[in-house]
Amino acid sequence: MDAGAELVGRLTEICGPEQVLTHPDALATYRSDGLAHYRQTPVAAVLPGSPEEVQSVVRACFEAGVPWVARGSGTGLSGGALPVAEGILIVLARLRRILSVELDDARVVVEPGVTNLAISTAVAPTHFYPPDPSSQVVCSIGGNIAENSGGAHCFKYGFTTNYVAGLEVVLTDGTVVELERDAPGYDLLGAFVGSEGTLGVATRIAVRVLPRPESVRTLVAFFEDTGQAGEAVSAIVAAGIVPGAIEMMDRLSIKAAEEATGVGYRLDAGAALLVELDGPWEETDARFDEVTELCSGEGIMEVRVASTEQERELIWKARKAAFAAMGRVAPAYYVQDGVIPRTRLAEVLRRIDELAGEYGLRVANVFHAGDGNLHPLVCYDSARQGEPERAEELAGLIVKACVEAGGSITGEHGVGVDKKAYMPAMFSEADLDAFHRLRCAFDPHGLANPGKVMPTPRLCGEVPGPYREHPLERAGIATRL
Amino acid sequence: MPRELAPITFDAALAGLADAAAGGETVRIAGAGTKRGWAPATADPDVEIRTTGLDRIVEHNAGDLTAVLEAGVPLARAQQQFAASEQMLALDPDLGPRHEATIGGIIASADSGPLRHRYGAVRDLILGITVALSGGTIARSGGKVIKNVAGYDLGKLFAGSFGTLGVILSANVRLHPLPTATATVLGVREDPGELAAAARALAAAPLELDALDVTWRMGRGGILGQCGGTAARRRAEDVARLMREAGLRGVEIVADDAELWARQRAGQRSARRALMKVAARPSALADVLRAAEAASATVVGRAALGHSYVEVEPGAVRELIARLPGGAVYTLLDAPPESAAAEITRWGPAPAAPALELMRRVKARFDPTGTCNPGALVGGI
Repeated sequence: MDAGAELVGRLTEICGPEQVLTHPDALATYRSDGLAHYRQTPVAAVLPGSPEEVQSVVRACFEAGVPWVARGSGTGLSGGALPVAEGILIVLARLRRILSVELDDARVVVEPGVTNLAISTAVAPTHFYPPDPSSQVVCSIGGNIAENSGGAHCFKYGFTTNYVAGLEVVLTDGTVVELERDAPGYDLLGAFVGSEGTLGVATRIAVRVLPRPESVRTLVAFFEDTGQAGEAVSAIVAAGIVPGAIEMMDRLSIKAAEEATGVGYRLDAGAALLVELDGPWEETDARFDEVTELCSGEGIMEVRVASTEQERELIWKARKAAFAAMGRVAPAYYVQDGVIPRTRLAEVLRRIDELAGEYGLRVANVFHAGDGNLHPLVCYDSARQGEPERAEELAGLIVKACVEAGGSITGEHGVGVDKKAYMPAMFSEADLDAFHRLRCAFDPHGLANPGKVMPTPRLCGEVPGPYREHPLERAGIATRL
Repeated sequence: MPRELAPITFDAALAGLADAAAGGETVRIAGAGTKRGWAPATADPDVEIRTTGLDRIVEHNAGDLTAVLEAGVPLARAQQQFAASEQMLALDPDLGPRHEATIGGIIASADSGPLRHRYGAVRDLILGITVALSGGTIARSGGKVIKNVAGYDLGKLFAGSFGTLGVILSANVRLHPLPTATATVLGVREDPGELAAAARALAAAPLELDALDVTWRMGRGGILGQCGGTAARRRAEDVARLMREAGLRGVEIVADDAELWARQRAGQRSARRALMKVAARPSALADVLRAAEAASATVVGRAALGHSYVEVEPGAVRELIARLPGGAVYTLLDAPPESAAAEITRWGPAPAAPALELMRRVKARFDPTGTCNPGALVGGI
């Protein structure tokens, strides 16, 4: 019996035969995450039913010297949950229990497979969980932890990392570590969140929730072009206003979203700016008048204020539909996720226009305008020879333009496999070496999600300090001389 | 006495650190030295690297609400510059007798003040960090933009590391608008349980307070809630109403509230007594106050976060610790030398073995020669 078959046997003992998938048909679902053009079939997918089973699975992998990848709902957009061919995929979808709701401590404890939205639902109507990635109906909190997910409201409220209060983590050798926000010593919790599944797997998660804002005011303003909408954003920020959300769409994304939803966005507008203020009503009232005023300068075509919850939902419907609606104007598209200093918006959009012209491709732009997170959607037609490759190349140049403007290669989708080649555009060899040190402290054998984040594979050197047996030594495959 | 180095460039700081490491020497890293007693290294170091010469405000990008600060920049000076653009770094710990505390020292000690209620800890405000490692490299992580998930978040790892991983050279930080006006509401109560219940009611209400603090002194406690923004005064009326409903007495609104908050910050230091930071569940606040009362201690703290700074006679530290509620963790910050408190383990109970072992591995990877502030952190790291 080979090592793989032996490990599968062990996983079956731990989780039961129904929860270990090895047939290619059964594994088809798990070959990719939300970034479907990367595909890989693992040796097996295992669906543990409890944190304790996860721990046993991880330990079995360690003893067999087999790498593994943890997967939540598989909605990630950087290939972070792409399986490795010689490894195991640990699917956390069955770990869906909300373990406790402790509103006196503004805290909820859940298992990693619980969806992002389920947390807000569990604390409604008095509280909410602020990070709200657009996939929040299905994406799992475990995946959010791995990716440090953001969302439309993070300019004001921050990201997943700002809300994680504690984690139970299984390290690659099967050790269980409790990481608490207020514990003395290194902030390993902060280091773990956003580590894209490369440091271990979280099996219990405590998050902080906030009281639900007393009032919400929403408007959408239509401008002749993105430059003028950008100036309105600058004016709002300069006035010291921190909107709950401030989202921009360009002409092409308006067209796609309007065709999909028919909510009445103006098709003759070059840019739409959705602004939402939330908080105590005295504050939102006073500030909302200011925002309306600031959105009435040059190039403004119209401001529409939502006067009912229904109208607010309609305004959001178009924005939320923007990605999916792109299918109406192009057969396929590539979602980019770059960040720029917000004040460089006009020049970066000009650069994207130039690049799109050079490549003969259309690019729609959807923009979290407060924090500078740009989602250019590069449209292409797979039926046309070479176009998918050109689209990917263009998307790469766009992300490089973001870095050149002082920004980042990824604001919320993560590096995964998709962006790892761009890491050297942002980080020096010494920076990457420091990242690797952290990685090696957690996972000296490189078993957790190998091949992700870092641009080139690298091994950990000898662990200083107490001697540890390598899994290959334990298995009798290698010895130290 | 350690050999003192005061580099004014990153390269000089790196050379000082790397040379010491290569020569088997130990290094203490210090900013302005306002919190020297908080995590003293077990042995006197061979070298002290002071970062106060790295004092440039490298960037202040007002339109982007970001800034790049070298480690030795006094926070007070940075705040002045930000305030000129009606902005702030939402970080307000006590800054020392001459307002000299540096951003690097504040990051290394993870210090904070009342604004932590709304804006989070220093780790939540760091967008990127540049550090010198004892192996002889300068490493950066993060970026200069508000939103960024590329690479590991070493800013969080270095926040609260007390100089044990390397030298913080500079930090990229996120700024917030300075509130156009503030108003603080305060109310008092003599019973810890009633006071804590009022704090809970305020924490659960959608008030969007900038700060929500508690104080306790000689059998009497208070709650302070700060509203900031254009409608601060009107919102303060709502907060006052809620405080009365929650049973607080003597409720008043203070528009000129700077002095009130300076006093809260000052309560996080002690020159003559012992000062402990206690972190407990917010719902355990009443028990923390009762423990403090029994030990004749005074308290200031973040009511909704469960962080209490307890000032106590050195001889009563043990009694205080014995009375703390289960699950509370504590750290001894200030303690008079040669006092009974100085014998108490500064870090309280060590983390569970697996977490401590992981911390040791992190230390060993970043500072394999054990050069940087050896023994300063929990567990003798």
